Amino acid sequence: MKFSDPIDFYPNVNQRGRNSLLYRFHVDLPLLIGLLLISVTSLIILYSAGDQDFELIYRQGIRLGVAFIVMLVLAQIAPHHIQRWTPWLFAVGLILLFSVLVFGQSGKGAQRWLDLGFFRFQPSELMKLAVPMMIAWYLSDHALPPKLSRILISLLMVFVPVLLIARQPDLGTALLVGCAGIFVIFLAGIKWRLIFLFSGIIAACAPFLWFTLHDYQKARVLTFINPENDPLGAGYHIIQSKIAIGSGGVYGKGWLNGTQSQLDFLPERSTDFIFAAFAEEFGLVGVILLLAMYFFVILRGLYISAHAQDTFTRLLGGSLTMTFFIYVFVNIGMVTGLLPVVGLPLPLVSYGGTSMVTLMASFGMLMSIHTHRRLLST
Amino acid sequence: MSLRIAIKDHIRETQLFNQRAVAFLVISALLMLFVVTRLFYLQVASHEHFTTLSTKNRLRVVPVAPTRGLIYDRNGIVLAQNLPSFVLNVVPEQVEDMAATLAQLRELIYISSNDVAVFEKIVKRSPSFSSVPLRFHLNDEEVARFAVNRHRFSGVDIEARLTRHYPLGELAAHVVGYVGRISEDELPRIDTANYGGTDHIGKTGVEKYYENILHGTVGHQEVETNAQGRLIRRLKGSSPTPGQNIYLNIDANLQRIARKAFGENNASLVAIEPATGAVLALVNAPSFDPNLFVNGIDPKAYKALTDSLDQPLFNRALNGQYPPGSTIKPFLGLAGLEFGTIDHETHVACVGHYLLEGDRTRRKYRDWKKKGHGITALDKAIVQSCDVYFYDLAHKLGIGKMSEFLGLFGVGKKTGIDIHGELSGLNPSREWKRNNRGQVWYPGETLITGIGQGYLLTTPLQLAAITATMANRGKQMQPAVLQAIQDPITNAIDFITPIKLNTIIFNNQDNVESVIRSMKSVVHSLFGTARRIGVDSPYKIAGKTGTAQVFGIKQDEEYDETKIKKKLQDHALFIGFAPVENPQIAVATVVENGGHGGSVAAPIVREVMDAFILQ
Repeated sequence: MKFSDPIDFYPNVNQRGRNSLLYRFHVDLPLLIGLLLISVTSLIILYSAGDQDFELIYRQGIRLGVAFIVMLVLAQIAPHHIQRWTPWLFAVGLILLFSVLVFGQSGKGAQRWLDLGFFRFQPSELMKLAVPMMIAWYLSDHALPPKLSRILISLLMVFVPVLLIARQPDLGTALLVGCAGIFVIFLAGIKWRLIFLFSGIIAACAPFLWFTLHDYQKARVLTFINPENDPLGAGYHIIQSKIAIGSGGVYGKGWLNGTQSQLDFLPERSTDFIFAAFAEEFGLVGVILLLAMYFFVILRGLYISAHAQDTFTRLLGGSLTMTFFIYVFVNIGMVTGLLPVVGLPLPLVSYGGTSMVTLMASFGMLMSIHTHRRLLST
Repeated sequence: MSLRIAIKDHIRETQLFNQRAVAFLVISALLMLFVVTRLFYLQVASHEHFTTLSTKNRLRVVPVAPTRGLIYDRNGIVLAQNLPSFVLNVVPEQVEDMAATLAQLRELIYISSNDVAVFEKIVKRSPSFSSVPLRFHLNDEEVARFAVNRHRFSGVDIEARLTRHYPLGELAAHVVGYVGRISEDELPRIDTANYGGTDHIGKTGVEKYYENILHGTVGHQEVETNAQGRLIRRLKGSSPTPGQNIYLNIDANLQRIARKAFGENNASLVAIEPATGAVLALVNAPSFDPNLFVNGIDPKAYKALTDSLDQPLFNRALNGQYPPGSTIKPFLGLAGLEFGTIDHETHVACVGHYLLEGDRTRRKYRDWKKKGHGITALDKAIVQSCDVYFYDLAHKLGIGKMSEFLGLFGVGKKTGIDIHGELSGLNPSREWKRNNRGQVWYPGETLITGIGQGYLLTTPLQLAAITATMANRGKQMQPAVLQAIQDPITNAIDFITPIKLNTIIFNNQDNVESVIRSMKSVVHSLFGTARRIGVDSPYKIAGKTGTAQVFGIKQDEEYDETKIKKKLQDHALFIGFAPVENPQIAVATVVENGGHGGSVAAPIVREVMDAFILQ
């Protein structure tokens, strides 16, 4: 039986929209609209935060285009193919992570890149997808909720790549990969008792983790606790970011009128701290609208996952959506001073490429999950 | 052994998933709410606080330096002005690699190592966003060359600003002085608020003395800057109040004539208007170009100035302490008359030397004229400068009375001129010698004081001042360089009232007149020591020549045959005032190692008097 042909796949389609062109190309319209809205917002604020440089907009546009194409391509691949490749993908990802440690290119004091001659590649990005896929593949094989032994094996499969990524060191990505894996376990129905137990163990280990951190990572945490300690050094980012957001007020200073960002006071205003630039110019109203867009995408992701037809896609879709939320939450939390500064961009809005492609690939999978459903008896 | 295989229960798994999804939804909604609360706190509750911080971030109040007041001479000739010049500025914060930038700049523009040293010193004490001058006075070619390459240098820029300039150069350097960059040890003494935008301050001369008048009041400009401190736009502000212009009593023309008359000699001349104490001329040779100091002098050039045996930086008029020699004789003669020690008939038989009564060594105190002057009374003693007469007079007066009387005129005291750093000279007395040398006063020392030698020291300024007091017949005016202050906005001129220090009450005013008559005869009689300058003079001059012995060279001076020969020669002095009855000008000059006062010093004074009286 061939599943790849969408026309064969939905013999008795009579639901509204099922015949539309978009559906035939496996595009989920609500998700697409949500993502497009956020992308447009990105270009608008980037124009302002990037000193009105069209070159920047152009390059971000190209990246968004590439990312949307990757999403559309992935949407065409039926979930069961994805499921079949999962162990191989995971294995390749692990090997690549090891190779990064051995042969990796370092940049800015961190070893994250693998130079493949024609392009440079970040295996940790691959793991953002491979880890939740692997756990979902592994757990969906048996009845849920999983037994303790399977949970422990799953945890092992999560922590090996996470530790490798953290070694690079790339704390932000390690956090996201870890969350993606653990969310699968969570969604698989692990008992609350176990959840609390594991949380307790992690909390108890936290002081020991402190000693494994790099100096700059420790500094970030200390700065988070008291940014005013070092207002011109590590605390500068967070202080200027808070000033930008706070001075924006309810309605903002207006597009292109944010003094914090236009006059260079806000560092990294087109990348990790773009949310502050947005909040300064568009105020609380704009920020709530942006959060609403993100929440809409998350809701749609959960809806798709809840309507998935098998355990693998359901777990995978759920985990990817939840990770997306973590992405948004950690970035905004860091920019508003709720969380320590972890180098995570604001998804789809921050200027920069690699993570955007991975992110859109995960939305491609969500679309694939939704549009490749077989119509069961309803 | 039983093998339990869990059967996949899809409905249960879906329910489980949905349960978890809902749990996640609730948690994420709570977290979102948390974020929104935080945003509400930042953007609504603390909005004002952060707006203040944001405003403080971008707005800076920048001090605007006032324009420094101009300095004119008595005829309105500019002595100090502000000229536009191009300055190369660097904002250290915006320069990534300072060493590389400096190296690249040096390929385009000449920058001395001293420029760099001064620059680095200022960089250390300035905030990193402020621009620091690296080179001043860029010429047009350098400006053009930099302009073409400007894109290569972030944080480097050219600014047109006003720089102090002294058009007369070295001619009035010791009066006008110069401004220089504010040094670290001056910082605590200045009002930092008022000097916020200023980087120059008066260092010497009038520039230093009248700093408060010349500087003006700082203005303020509110500007919007970016995070690097670069100015984005100007907002409101208050403009600075420019410094006031000042007019000096100095006559630039007299300065020039005196300087020319000095020729190759190291010399000093001070001319005073007796009635007011106005300092008409204050000239030293050699001198220096004050323009070199304005923006930091090159150490090599500075070393050349300080190492020169001729000491161009030395303000001889105020700090050169010379024995007055015979120029002190009219004053001692007057002392003799006033104390009643002598009268006009009192005479000595001058045989070319004098022997002190009771001196068992029988040391001969020699007269400059070996043959002697013969029978000599006071008038002849002044006119022909008979030393023996004054040995005798000194012996009769005693050091106490001499010191007291000279003190009345101001010998040994600062004149109070409005230039810093004046020395007081030395009016020796028994007390002085006991206190400073720990020795008793010897009678022989009284004798040589009588001819203006020994411990007695005067500055050229003091000589001019006591001459002016003599010309005034006892009215003592404080020497003043400042004539008037001009408001630069209204142009209103406020003249300074001359300060009268004292009027010497003479027992008999005729004593003064007779001494002045003798001084007139020095110039206008057949045997007067300065008769050369009196022959063709259209007005009458009263004067006195002087020749001061130079005792030897200092040990640490370099041995240079021609120099030393010159240095061993006597100093030539002349004091005088004219016209005799209605004095307009009193002059004192010292020509170092010049030889005889009558032949060398007096003609210089005559030229200056001519220029002033006959103009």
